Amino acid sequence: MVSALEYENISHKFGDRDVLRNISLEIGRGEFVCLLGPSGCGKTTLLRLAAGLERLQHGIVRLGGTIAADAAHHVDVAPEKRNVGMMFQDYALFPHLTVMENILFGLRKADQKRIDWVKDRLAYFGISQLTSTYPGTLSGGEQQRVALLRALAPHPQLLLLDEPFSALDKARRIEMREETGALIREAGATTLMVTHDGEEAMFMADRIVVMNEGRIEQIGSADNLYMNPRSAFVASLFGHANRFCETVRNATVETPIGTFDAKGRAEGERVCVFIRPEGVVPLTDEEAGRDASQAEVTSSHYLGIASHIHMRTIGSNSGSAVTFHAQRSGRYLPRAGTRVRYHVDPEHVFVFRDDGTEQDR
Amino acid sequence: MTRAFDGWSLTALIVAALVALPLLSVFGLALSGSGDVWAHLVSTVLGNYIRTSLLLMLGVGVGVAVIGAGTAWLTSACRFPGVRVFEWALLLPLAVPAYIVAYIYTDILEFAGPVQGAMRDLMGWKTARDYWFPEIRSLEGAIAVMVLTLYPYVYLLARSSFLEQTATLLDAGRVLGNGPWRNFFRVALPLARPAIVVGVSLALMETLNDFGTVDFFAVQTFTAGIYDVWLNMNSMAGAAQLATVLLLFVFMLITAERLARRGRRFDMKAGRKKTHVHDLKGWLAVAAILACLLPVLFGFLLPMSVLFSHAMVFYEDSLNSGFWRHAGHSLLVSSLVALVSTVLGLVLGYGARLSGSVLTRYASRVASIGYAVPGSVLAVGIMLPLTQFDRSLNIFSTRLFDLPLGLVLSGTVFALVYGYSARFMALSLGSVESGLARITPSMDGAARTLGANRSETLRRVHLPLLRRFLLTAILIVFVDSMKELPITMLLRPFNFDTLATYTHQFARNELFEEAALGALAIVAAGILPVILLSRTITGGDR
Repeated sequence: MVSALEYENISHKFGDRDVLRNISLEIGRGEFVCLLGPSGCGKTTLLRLAAGLERLQHGIVRLGGTIAADAAHHVDVAPEKRNVGMMFQDYALFPHLTVMENILFGLRKADQKRIDWVKDRLAYFGISQLTSTYPGTLSGGEQQRVALLRALAPHPQLLLLDEPFSALDKARRIEMREETGALIREAGATTLMVTHDGEEAMFMADRIVVMNEGRIEQIGSADNLYMNPRSAFVASLFGHANRFCETVRNATVETPIGTFDAKGRAEGERVCVFIRPEGVVPLTDEEAGRDASQAEVTSSHYLGIASHIHMRTIGSNSGSAVTFHAQRSGRYLPRAGTRVRYHVDPEHVFVFRDDGTEQDR
Repeated sequence: MTRAFDGWSLTALIVAALVALPLLSVFGLALSGSGDVWAHLVSTVLGNYIRTSLLLMLGVGVGVAVIGAGTAWLTSACRFPGVRVFEWALLLPLAVPAYIVAYIYTDILEFAGPVQGAMRDLMGWKTARDYWFPEIRSLEGAIAVMVLTLYPYVYLLARSSFLEQTATLLDAGRVLGNGPWRNFFRVALPLARPAIVVGVSLALMETLNDFGTVDFFAVQTFTAGIYDVWLNMNSMAGAAQLATVLLLFVFMLITAERLARRGRRFDMKAGRKKTHVHDLKGWLAVAAILACLLPVLFGFLLPMSVLFSHAMVFYEDSLNSGFWRHAGHSLLVSSLVALVSTVLGLVLGYGARLSGSVLTRYASRVASIGYAVPGSVLAVGIMLPLTQFDRSLNIFSTRLFDLPLGLVLSGTVFALVYGYSARFMALSLGSVESGLARITPSMDGAARTLGANRSETLRRVHLPLLRRFLLTAILIVFVDSMKELPITMLLRPFNFDTLATYTHQFARNELFEEAALGALAIVAAGILPVILLSRTITGGDR
């Protein structure tokens, strides 16, 4: 089967800075792929290269099996000839055109079928009454919907979304990503979306491509990336984790909050152990066995779905206490100073080679 | 975006080259010119030109800085009766070209004028020997006239800088023990200094460009000298040599302006805007009112009332067929220039946006240097290539078809339009660029991915969004063309007068009263952009 979009050995520089380093990636028809990474990792550039908005410097871009850009042969199809829909971070709605004129901007002829499709979707989004208003009067969510419909209206072979929800507040973002996902799947469009929000990528994508400093770090499904991150970088994209760097001894790693299997790391190697807060579960007295470790609560916070507890190890031999985070579902708020026993779930423990980089907080 | 080099950037480069051509030909002519003209100039007039120009710049610079910054501070940080009116009224003198103010004050203040006449009647004096009265037609007079008409440049920029300053900074100054005066000199003024320097540089560029005032007052500046050497000594090479020296002055001003603009970065945007105003009471309020009233009175109200009364009295004499012919010329040339430079400004601006290459970005910088180059220099630089083109064309056509074509480009309206457009390109380009800067690049991306090519994107997205900026460009270029004097004096076709040259001619012949209607028409046109400016100044701030 021909892929909808294919990058082959893409490299890109802005001045002296390498933004993309030898990227190759294929996206299948109808697939929803997220490019996930921190700002400056090159994900937006990759997106713009697919649209033809950035001049390709090295490599080949194919759309639906045909060459859209080939740097070596100086081929670069103009963006207007690529049949690609793109939704911009700032939505880029034309302020001088009405909502309807914006959405129909990309339709060559007044194609009644497409117009009916648009009207249907406007109704689905509950914004039919806005068709003749100007974008300046719309709320963020409404603008987002209009921008999405405008990108989808010409029936593009590929839909590109550049941080589509970043301009919305958190509550609206969650609502919009459900709506957006549903509409895109119904339209059957192949989609490549850029985001820096791991949770968002997990929610929307069939496949997540994690990028770091111009390289692809790992590709996989949400479940796959969450449960088997290949590096500390990938693990850290999906929430803050407890991190302890130690040396492997007897195929185990000893950390202030427990001793764990070294998961195949070499003897004597410096490693960092990642433990997600949800892997550290405070136990009630009935649940706890005698041998469960104990720590002192420093503060606890109820976050709705779960409670987040900050804890401190109790006077180990070295004397210095180490703080760490734990989580328990529901409302669980032990007072600061109380001692609780806890259990660490090995499923949430990851061991990576210590690459010397400090985890950014 | 797909090809590095395309029609858009090529056109942008050609436009830039056309603006640069006059400057290059001035340099070329100056270098090739015979040494004896230069030696003659050095031994006779050059020293005087340099001294006079420098004194003029010094006087005007200090004057516009004090009046401009002072009134800007009063209207932005103080409250006193009438301040809301002064906010925009202080801009009014911008509408009156310096040369017209010069004619008017000469008219009022000369020996036969009403002021000296009244003084003689009152005191019983008979002749000029009986009393002392300042001579308006002097260097000091020229300084006064130019300060009165050019201080709004500083006022505008200093005012927006004062308004940008955050209240917290000034409050911090007060808490740290500064009184209001000390706070002004130690906090507000240093923060506004870059803006003031930019305003003064712009005013001084206009000073160097001025021909009408210095010619009328017989003040020997470079501009007057270029005109004299070219038309009276009949030496274009000499004129070009003077022009080159003048360009050194201009270069200093551009450098000062650029450095100051770079320095403007320390103007802070964040923080609470000024809500705190000094309430002026009693004598202080009276002083503030006077400080704001006098520039408006002498820069606008008084000259306008004189113009009106002359225009009323000499209505019949002035409103003859000549007036309409000159007005027609002015309208024709100004409209052509407004259209040409706006279209070219759009091509340059959009070309630079599309390619983003260093070359096209330089092209638009080069194309905007015209605003700094005095009209007389541009005229010298344009005359030469156009005459040579015409000469070759005539040789060619005579040989081939035995048909001398005469003047095709030089000495025609084309030369005028070329000269004006080269000078005012910066205005239209600046307007287009500030309009384009408000359109986020993702708009282009959106239009392109939705299937619109470059020209279609320009037509369907940029043009509608730029409409207000294009109209502004057309308006300000039109008005500046209506006022233009030095280029017109040197490049106009034989027997071709505009309102400006005809007013100047009449004033030189001491028949200014009869040309008052023409002057009034120029000022009336000049009021339009001032209204536009005053609306942004009062609307945008609060």
